[in-house]
Amino acid sequence: MKYPKKDLIQPMSGSRWQHIWSGFVGDKLAVMALIIFAFYCIVALLAPLVAPYDVKDPAFMDLMNAEIAPMWISGDPRFLFGTDAQGRDLLSVILYGTRLSLTIGLCAVLIQATLGICIGLAAGYLGGRIDNFLMRCADIQLSFSNMMVAIVFLAIFQSLFGVAMYQQLAMVMLILVIGLTEWPLFARTIRASVLAERQKEYVDAARVMGLSSKRIMFRHILPNTLSPVLVIFTVQIANAIVAEAALSFLGLGMPATEPSLGSLISAGFAYMFAGSWWICVLPSMTLIILILVMNLLGDWLRDHLNPRTYKD
Amino acid sequence: MVIFILRRLLQACFVMIIISLISFAIQDKLGDPVQQMVGMTVSQQERDQLRNELGLNDSFLSQYWRFAQGAIQGDLGTSYYYKEPALDVILDKLPATLELAFSAIFIIIIVAIPCGVWAAIKPKHPVSRLIMVVSSIGLSIPIFIVAILLVYVFSIELNLAPSFGRGETTNIFGVWESGFFTKDGLRHLLLPSMALAIALMPIFIRLIRAEMMEVLQSEYIRFAWSKGLSAPRIYFKHALKNTMLPVITVGGIQAGTLVAYTILTETIFQWPGMGFLFMDAVNRVDTPLVSAYLIVVGGIFVVTNTLVDLIYGLVNPTVRLASHGL
Repeated sequence: MKYPKKDLIQPMSGSRWQHIWSGFVGDKLAVMALIIFAFYCIVALLAPLVAPYDVKDPAFMDLMNAEIAPMWISGDPRFLFGTDAQGRDLLSVILYGTRLSLTIGLCAVLIQATLGICIGLAAGYLGGRIDNFLMRCADIQLSFSNMMVAIVFLAIFQSLFGVAMYQQLAMVMLILVIGLTEWPLFARTIRASVLAERQKEYVDAARVMGLSSKRIMFRHILPNTLSPVLVIFTVQIANAIVAEAALSFLGLGMPATEPSLGSLISAGFAYMFAGSWWICVLPSMTLIILILVMNLLGDWLRDHLNPRTYKD
Repeated sequence: MVIFILRRLLQACFVMIIISLISFAIQDKLGDPVQQMVGMTVSQQERDQLRNELGLNDSFLSQYWRFAQGAIQGDLGTSYYYKEPALDVILDKLPATLELAFSAIFIIIIVAIPCGVWAAIKPKHPVSRLIMVVSSIGLSIPIFIVAILLVYVFSIELNLAPSFGRGETTNIFGVWESGFFTKDGLRHLLLPSMALAIALMPIFIRLIRAEMMEVLQSEYIRFAWSKGLSAPRIYFKHALKNTMLPVITVGGIQAGTLVAYTILTETIFQWPGMGFLFMDAVNRVDTPLVSAYLIVVGGIFVVTNTLVDLIYGLVNPTVRLASHGL
């Protein structure tokens, strides 16, 4: 039984991905986006090794070095991107900030995807009342934008725990709030493709064989519905990073002692008027390029995997 | 149709109940009202008595019931900081936020529609390519960075417009403090509303373009061409009308984003509106004000959303079917 199945499916799926890959290499913009994104990931992963200074070192903050302009202006070879108001090397802080932002974005989207996939599968496969109820919930959740819900809940938590306590929990709270507010997008996409897959014969065959619904949902239907998820995944990480940055900017996210890109921009904003533009502009550029690259990758994936995504 | 309206209203009520539960829970769990009311010297016994009188020992549900009754009559508690009814404090700031939001929506309408239509009619034209590239990049720039850039360029470098506050306002109808009628007020309005508009614009340009291109492919447009109608008539009378339908729904969905963005914009520009007030209240742990904000904004939001859905249901009958999930 196993042999023909392998023979049939393996080469087909292989050639499909090969086809997509060859299309990808032909598109210069997409390749460039992927290279920049990979660069971001590697730099974020290796931040402790790459950063010129150790951010945990107490000598790292030195007020004597405060607000030195970037190297190409001040000519100070010690600090490539200059220093911030506390005398921290901006390059090291940005590296660690990127690392934090990416981690929070990725974790939040993993939560979104898990939740969305389970709900979407259940709604699409089981149908009926459950489907109706879950999709109503998704409608309601979707009508509140995630940013609004996140701001409200984080504000409540902050006043509930007090600022000092909250700052220790900030990262977990950010991940949870961003993760729990955007599941409907995944759920709707998965549900749409489950509805299409459910009609197919292999599902009937599995049901006739007496497999449990759980097994059919996760082992048979799920693998065939994953390509649209991939598209939303990249775009959602970008959205999660933006949301995190906005929340940190409002003072509801990462504290200044452990800054993400958003809190760096927020801290730098105050010095904008004093002429130290680089404290604010350099982290902003880092963030914009990261988001742009991820959106480009998402657009490219959407065009080429061509899923029936929910229109946004 | 009646069932559709009923279902939509039921959903709205359900959401309002959840919002009021959350805001009640905040007011209930944060801080002890008795401690706020009495001095240090009051004995424990008297405190307990006061607790009983205020009904603080009742069950959660009966307390919530009382809170809901008060809320319906417009009593949302008294702000700790302003020492005034929380609802009055918020309604005081409502005009500022509404003016900001409406000017942003106005800018979006007068810029996004022509841009989107142009990009759809002439997709190969360099101008439309430029529009698409700019809006793709714009989609990747978070609103607070847009705002910071605007402040830097127009306020610090060029010194064209002020970067904070509302400027001079005039009082109309006795209740509405408006910045629309003075030159100073309009100058103050310029940067915040532009920031808000620029942040929301790319979504709409892309959406209008995509919908318009789809409509232009359809049979009735080809029929209109073959009838020999003039191009402006076809584009604006026949095509644009049908393009606007989905745009309105997405606009409804974006209402939540608009609320979040006004909080961000008002914080950056220190615009004395509801969002700024909310962040202030959060920092001061002014719980009645926080929960009142939730109820007021939640209410406005639910009403607009329901209205948009109902209008959409009126115009487009297929939505009314039960399976409108997708």
